[in-house]
Amino acid sequence: MSDVRDPVTPGRAWTFGDDVDTDQIIPSRFLVSSDPADLGAHAFADHRPDFAEGVEPGDFVVAGENFGSGSSREHAPVALRGAGVSGVVARSFARIFFRNAINIGLPLLVCPDADRIADGDEVHLDLGDGRVVDHTTGETHDADPLPDFLQSLVDQGGLEPYTRRKLGHTDD
Amino acid sequence: MTGKTLAERILSEKSNTDARAGDYVEAEVDAMLTHDVTGPLTFEVFRGVTDGDGPLADPENTVITIDHHAPADGVQAANNHNAVRDFAAEFGAVQFDVGDGICHQLLVEHGFAEPGDLVVGADSHSTTFGGLGAFGTGVGSTDLGTAMATGDLWFRVPDSVRFEVEGTLPDGVYAKDLILRFIGDVGFDGATYRAAEYGGSAVQDLPIHERLVLSNMAIEMGGKAGLVEPDERTARFLARQTGRTESSFDVSLAPDDDADYAAVHTYDAADLAPQVSKPSNPENAVDVDAVAGTPVDQLFVGTCTNGRYEDVRVVADILDGETLAPGTRMVVVPASKAIYRRMLDTGVFDTFVDAGAIVQSAGCGPCFGTHDGVLGDGDVCLATANRNFPGREGSMDSSVYLASPATVGASALYGEITDPRTVETTRYDDDVVTPAEAQP
Repeated sequence: MSDVRDPVTPGRAWTFGDDVDTDQIIPSRFLVSSDPADLGAHAFADHRPDFAEGVEPGDFVVAGENFGSGSSREHAPVALRGAGVSGVVARSFARIFFRNAINIGLPLLVCPDADRIADGDEVHLDLGDGRVVDHTTGETHDADPLPDFLQSLVDQGGLEPYTRRKLGHTDD
Repeated sequence: MTGKTLAERILSEKSNTDARAGDYVEAEVDAMLTHDVTGPLTFEVFRGVTDGDGPLADPENTVITIDHHAPADGVQAANNHNAVRDFAAEFGAVQFDVGDGICHQLLVEHGFAEPGDLVVGADSHSTTFGGLGAFGTGVGSTDLGTAMATGDLWFRVPDSVRFEVEGTLPDGVYAKDLILRFIGDVGFDGATYRAAEYGGSAVQDLPIHERLVLSNMAIEMGGKAGLVEPDERTARFLARQTGRTESSFDVSLAPDDDADYAAVHTYDAADLAPQVSKPSNPENAVDVDAVAGTPVDQLFVGTCTNGRYEDVRVVADILDGETLAPGTRMVVVPASKAIYRRMLDTGVFDTFVDAGAIVQSAGCGPCFGTHDGVLGDGDVCLATANRNFPGREGSMDSSVYLASPATVGASALYGEITDPRTVETTRYDDDVVTPAEAQP
């Protein structure tokens, strides 16, 4: 997905509360497609109808506790990438969503101060040091860096390239 | 060093390591599952990592079902079904078709999960297999597509949280009430990144079909798995399903006495009342008294949580010779074709039809929110399902309450949420249908 911007580039924050489930991120009726652009066009269709229309490449999703709870549908992080989201910051993530996002290369940060970021703030992510920088308020919020195993998976390009190498495909 | 939990035991065995909570391991997978919704993305990943050629690492244990949009509710869904059929034919996977049933029920009925197995599915309710003592867990399509190619997958070994229930469950109180209470107590994210382990005399007394309910809904507290220690009952159940001998199943798996749990929650079964989870989160569990009298428009009996024969039978027993309360409708969706056949053979089907209910072909039904009984604005549904998220079964302005089959059956008589202890209810032992019995 070449149109996805690096999370170090500042973008607007779209804020959400706690327990945003995957049905809210991408409702079931849109799961007949696996295409990122199709899915992105319907992200938060019922939960926040202004999102798909207003989101711009490089924007961020900022949420409370337990973001991405519920279904295993990988369509949820794919929809966010398809909508141009550069990364997701939350106070905590549901397990399968977290794993899916890592696998498809959607940057995530667990940030205890995520609720201090306001809707529309200009933010960027510093994945290496584990920080979220809010340009609107001038504040910097510490986040948890990825565990070593996951960081190494990300550094190797995600699970697909990792698996191709494991299977002996040497072109990666 | 302390002893091991069930999760640590299984992941140690499957990774050939001394796996402890917090470790990252690569573990061999015994069975893999995807379906008509998560399948197309999974196939894309599988083809991507194998240059389109495959092969499947273990075709005999790679299962693909058509259950979520079944029968197809539109052309795109029908095309996805064809993608499932084409992929399964090309690579030799095990495939179930429209009307065969829900993925989790089919894996249980056909013996794809055994005690000590590691089963991954591109469906969050793959925790269901924990009711048989298997480490079942939900993953995404990328995870599953790579596992289908390699036969293994990475896992972070989870901490475990233990739920101990001692004593005997009162009449009208079922495993569904237990799990709703557990989720209510620890919260919607109360077991995130953890395995839930269920034990105590009341859990060991549960028939397998009820243990599967506890495990199925572990994901509703964020759980990575929901495990019940296997026993002779597990072996007996699996022997009936598979036609193998009881002794061919190893049911020795158990946690060590000094296993280290992140938390232990203890309950006295006698204190428990039927539970209802209010909209719009499974954690909103209350004693049925707190919501009794709430009017309902639709009653839904089915899903991978409570669509088994014993579940529909409990509802049919209550409805036998009665009719639905005026102004209500009931949608019944058996979890498999074998259950559907059994409903025909035993007269349960007739009971529902005579009562005014609609019985549909086996599958996920309106739980997926796209067909076969979705809710309109203002509609209130009482469901045996596992999720009541906003808009889960249709309109964002509808509401879903979750309860046991007995509570749904009693409520159908009055058109309002009703305590099942006010009617006669039965607790069934395992009375399962074998796949062979599903043939007419």
